[in-house]
Amino acid sequence: MVVSGRSGNGGLTMASSAWKVTVTVIVFAVMAVGAVILVINLLGSPPTVNFTADNSGQVNVTLQAVGSYGSGDHPTWVSYLVKSSDGQWVHTTVFQVPQHVRINVTIYNYDSGSPLRNQQIGQVSGTNGNVALLNGKAFRVINSNNGNGVGHTFSIPSIGLNVPLYGNNGNANLCAAAPCTFSSPHQIEKFSFTSPGSGSYRWQCFVPCGLGYLFGNGGPMSTLGYMGGFMQVEA
Amino acid sequence: MAIDTSVSQFEFPGEEDTGTPQRSIPAWRRSGWLRPHILWAMAGAVVAYLIGHWLGNVIASGYTQVQGSGQNDVAIVLGLSFGVVGWMTGIGALNYPLAKILGYELSPAPPETSWVRYFRLTDDHKVVGWQYAVGVLLFLFTGGFLAMMIRTQLLSPTGHTFGPGTYIEIVSEHGTIMMMMASSAVIGPLGNWLIPLMIGSRRMAYPRVEAFSFWIFMSGYLVIVSALFFGGFPTGWTGYAPLQTQASGGMDAYLVGFFAIGIGMILAGFNLAATIINYRAPGMSWGRVPIFVWGVLATTALLTLATPTLLVACLAGILDRTAETAFFVNEHGGSSFLWQNLFWFFGHPEVYIMALPGFGIVMEILPVFTRKPLFAYKVAAAGMLGVALLSFFVWQHHIFQSGINPDMRPLFMLTTELISIPTGFLFLVTLGTLWKAKIRFDTPMLFCLGMLFNFLIGGVTGVFLSDVPVNVTVHGSFFVLAHFHYTIMGGLIFAMFAGFYYWFPKITGKTLNRKLSKWHFWTFFIFFNGTFFPLFLVGLLGQPRRVFMYAPNLQTLNDISSISAYCLGASFFFFIINFVWSIYLNPHPAPSNPWNSLGLEWQTPTPVPWFNFEHIPVILNDPYHYGEPDAAPVADLGLTLAAVGAPAGSVDHQDLGTGVEGDGDPRPPIL
Amino acid sequence: MSDPQTSGPAATPAGPETTTHGDETHHWWRLIAIWVVLCAIGDPLFYFLAGPHIPPGTMTNTAQGAQFDFNVLFVIALPVLLGVWIYMIYVFVMWRASRGGPEPVGGPDARGHLGIQVGWIVTTSVIVLFLAGFGTYELVQPGGAGGGEGSNPIWTPTSKTVLPIQVIGQQWKFTYRYPTFGGFETNELVIPDNTTIQFNVTSLDVIHSFWAYQLGVKADANPDYNNVAYTTPQQLGTFIVRCSELCGIWHGAMYNSGAVVTPQQFEAWAKLTAIRLRQNTKLLPAYALTYTPDANGADGGYYPDNVDKYSGVEQYGASQPKGGG
Repeated sequence: MVVSGRSGNGGLTMASSAWKVTVTVIVFAVMAVGAVILVINLLGSPPTVNFTADNSGQVNVTLQAVGSYGSGDHPTWVSYLVKSSDGQWVHTTVFQVPQHVRINVTIYNYDSGSPLRNQQIGQVSGTNGNVALLNGKAFRVINSNNGNGVGHTFSIPSIGLNVPLYGNNGNANLCAAAPCTFSSPHQIEKFSFTSPGSGSYRWQCFVPCGLGYLFGNGGPMSTLGYMGGFMQVEA
Repeated sequence: MAIDTSVSQFEFPGEEDTGTPQRSIPAWRRSGWLRPHILWAMAGAVVAYLIGHWLGNVIASGYTQVQGSGQNDVAIVLGLSFGVVGWMTGIGALNYPLAKILGYELSPAPPETSWVRYFRLTDDHKVVGWQYAVGVLLFLFTGGFLAMMIRTQLLSPTGHTFGPGTYIEIVSEHGTIMMMMASSAVIGPLGNWLIPLMIGSRRMAYPRVEAFSFWIFMSGYLVIVSALFFGGFPTGWTGYAPLQTQASGGMDAYLVGFFAIGIGMILAGFNLAATIINYRAPGMSWGRVPIFVWGVLATTALLTLATPTLLVACLAGILDRTAETAFFVNEHGGSSFLWQNLFWFFGHPEVYIMALPGFGIVMEILPVFTRKPLFAYKVAAAGMLGVALLSFFVWQHHIFQSGINPDMRPLFMLTTELISIPTGFLFLVTLGTLWKAKIRFDTPMLFCLGMLFNFLIGGVTGVFLSDVPVNVTVHGSFFVLAHFHYTIMGGLIFAMFAGFYYWFPKITGKTLNRKLSKWHFWTFFIFFNGTFFPLFLVGLLGQPRRVFMYAPNLQTLNDISSISAYCLGASFFFFIINFVWSIYLNPHPAPSNPWNSLGLEWQTPTPVPWFNFEHIPVILNDPYHYGEPDAAPVADLGLTLAAVGAPAGSVDHQDLGTGVEGDGDPRPPIL
Repeated sequence: MSDPQTSGPAATPAGPETTTHGDETHHWWRLIAIWVVLCAIGDPLFYFLAGPHIPPGTMTNTAQGAQFDFNVLFVIALPVLLGVWIYMIYVFVMWRASRGGPEPVGGPDARGHLGIQVGWIVTTSVIVLFLAGFGTYELVQPGGAGGGEGSNPIWTPTSKTVLPIQVIGQQWKFTYRYPTFGGFETNELVIPDNTTIQFNVTSLDVIHSFWAYQLGVKADANPDYNNVAYTTPQQLGTFIVRCSELCGIWHGAMYNSGAVVTPQQFEAWAKLTAIRLRQNTKLLPAYALTYTPDANGADGGYYPDNVDKYSGVEQYGASQPKGGG
């Protein structure tokens, strides 16, 4: 029994040869296109927000943390957003700053808080003076067992930076759709540090705030653009 | 009385003429489009997935975890599982069992000779072998493409071609696809195609089971690739809990996919074992069984006995992720050690499932190109069985530093060291076969020799890993990665290509282009070593596995590896082009036995008829008697019925002659 | 099957058929000579030139033990590798088909040789059993060879004074607690020279692995489980700690550096850090070998909370409702 219905003698007519080449090329083209689509899909990542130094040679970075994003792929996820230089809130966690300059960071926390699984991250470290300002008042440690607890942190482990973000009262009418504005309950924290040499520095929130995921570290905690990202430092 | 040896005499079981007048075949069974085929399978999969997903939403939308995370694992698991069932229903795998359960006889389908039969459920083992070949290559190229992406990311110590989350998805997907492929890389295409031919049988013991195993293997491919659409999974192919329980939706695809693949592995192993034990032609005593068949037999023991553990582990993982059980969560009474032990109890025999067929191929092919008998055949067979047995006793060497009972560490170090003794028999046998031989360096031989070179390095580095103090440094680092790529890719995949090149003329009836073949081998060999040898050093110098960034001083080594990896990927084009050109675009017919092999499968005409052998052969000798001109031939292929009627295992030389007795039933005994 | 060498007229060509014993051994002597020479060059070259630089170095006794083990293994592996490679090259050169030469001879001599088979099995068994024994000795001697021994280690160091340091792995950094200095928890790992360190490794979430590269220590961090590893530094310097068990998205970024300092410097650092962190240390839970993060919030609400949503029964005694943070 012959394998296929080709004409018996192994010789090929011109027509069938062209047809075969065409089919082969089409199959390879389809696979190549599929591969390209796959790669492009995987390459997608959050945009980078660029910051440059102002007249006094300092860089001002503004972030906000929201309790649930409210729209897009994952409406129930917590997320950070970054304010670009023209005042727009961008859904990203990747931003770029120059090296060896003073970075003044302002974070608006719109989310509630809770006692920390590991209170060690309730301590401010790596900032100028090892302090941060909460609504204007300086502090070194937040006791997450008191008050509203700690909602998130802003931490860059490789330079020893860690700033806990005090939470809002969970009973209040918290903002549930990003970007949030001051009409919702919020806490304002400010701190400063000096940017290191050029490179790529990962930062993340260390509070397990991935609701519905075991240990709280899945979901937004495990996805770039929500609760962790990169501080790119350019030369 | 003349013996009627016309083909119409031969019938497959289930299609016996019961003596009643032939019923007309209903129209729906005549139509090629309406009978089950791959498009029906795809349709079935999609419809069933949607039903399952909907059901999952009905069940679980209100769960707290689902509402909080926005991710419904129940829907994904049910969707994918139903999808697998839908796929198998669409391909017609359930038709025969359902008919039998309901008391009907399935009327025979008209015999099919066109290319369409490659897209159906078929009980011709040669077609199943072809299907597996395509499936295995599909897995290989998908996984290989992902590997190119991995090496691209690792070109720069701190660059981010892919985000860290995406990178982990790619790494996990690559590893899982490759491991799924490798467990059937040789058993699937070559085991199916060759085993009945090598043992002188017309069929497998359970042809429908074999076909089922292939189609569920393909469903596993679709499921695991679908993981990328669910957000991938972050655990690597080892799937450690509790990270597994925390992961996003792609993890469900991993668990369901491995479950499906596992079922296929168990069924394939079961069928092959039954075939080898029961369907050997008369005269094929165990001392005459080809060494490849021994390798497959040893593998089947592992396939059937180790894989169920994986199924159990996957099931527990699915329950943890959907039903909020706590098998693997310490805080609620489970144990993170449980997954590790269950997985590796399967996982270690799994890597021998990959290694043993490779050994079998190399030992099978080597005598043909050395023109000498296989050296120490009994040691070879015993070695493979020994490896199979011992492989169940070494699994904790994967978790030496994890906090297992410290008493276990010297024990598993000992058993792991011991398993290298039977593994070393591969070298005893092959080196002995090379002694004072006449070595032809054709492409299949080159791949065998390449396999030996690579596996030596892989095996020796395995001994380093089994030493616990050294393991403290190298566990979880790129050293381990290089070790298993050397053994699995350098060992099994090289052997697989050796088998492909060697049996290509018999399977396809065409010849492969020699120049392209040699180019393929040399580029593959050189760039394989260029990719993975530096990784031993990278691992020793402190780079852990599965990291998206690494220490800057390791950039040079990583770059050498990445550039070689690109060239390695490109080398596959030699194979693809050769393959497509030689079969499809510009075929040249091949002689019936181009390598002058003594193997029984080469004594058939090319192309091999669907009934394999005109008459069931009587085996007179093993297929390795090169250089023994007075030895008996391997088999007597045209013989009397008395010998044919004899049960397998008996040697019935005395009845060779012209007498024709017996009831004229030419079919092999069906047990 | 009759023996082809004794049956019928000699069908095999003369010469190779009548292979003399001397002809065989001639090949063997050549092979052995080449092998011995290459091993005699290669092994000492490796052991003395590369050996002292083999990872993980000699910063601690466990690292030095691992380096020694590796060197011994390599010294044994190199002859094995060289043996096979020399044999294969020789065989390819001598007996390749293009060289011409006699047809190979089959028969029982080609199918097996009891001496070679037995010799091979015995040699490989001896090597392998020696390595197993040697490995066990090297595991026991330095107190577990720096690997994680679980909660009940059986190979403990002989030193009477042991400094316990707890390593806490969490997604995605390591922190270190010093129970003998008040239990402060810091991101920095500083250890004193010439002191036996007991690392108690645990995790707050998934499985991590504490790999202190130059210290030659690797122990998996499991949730709710204490994994103990020992080492004794013997050199000053810095070292890198990396997580070596895939733990999620930032696994590749989970590393920090550490330092081995003199005992005096260590005391000074520990006291200073204890004072600097005392405000937060008071708020930390009491030092324990494992920590079970309370379900409320810390497991992301994955498992249903057995306690009332607003209850105060939490690890850290709060009265806050479970929030989105």
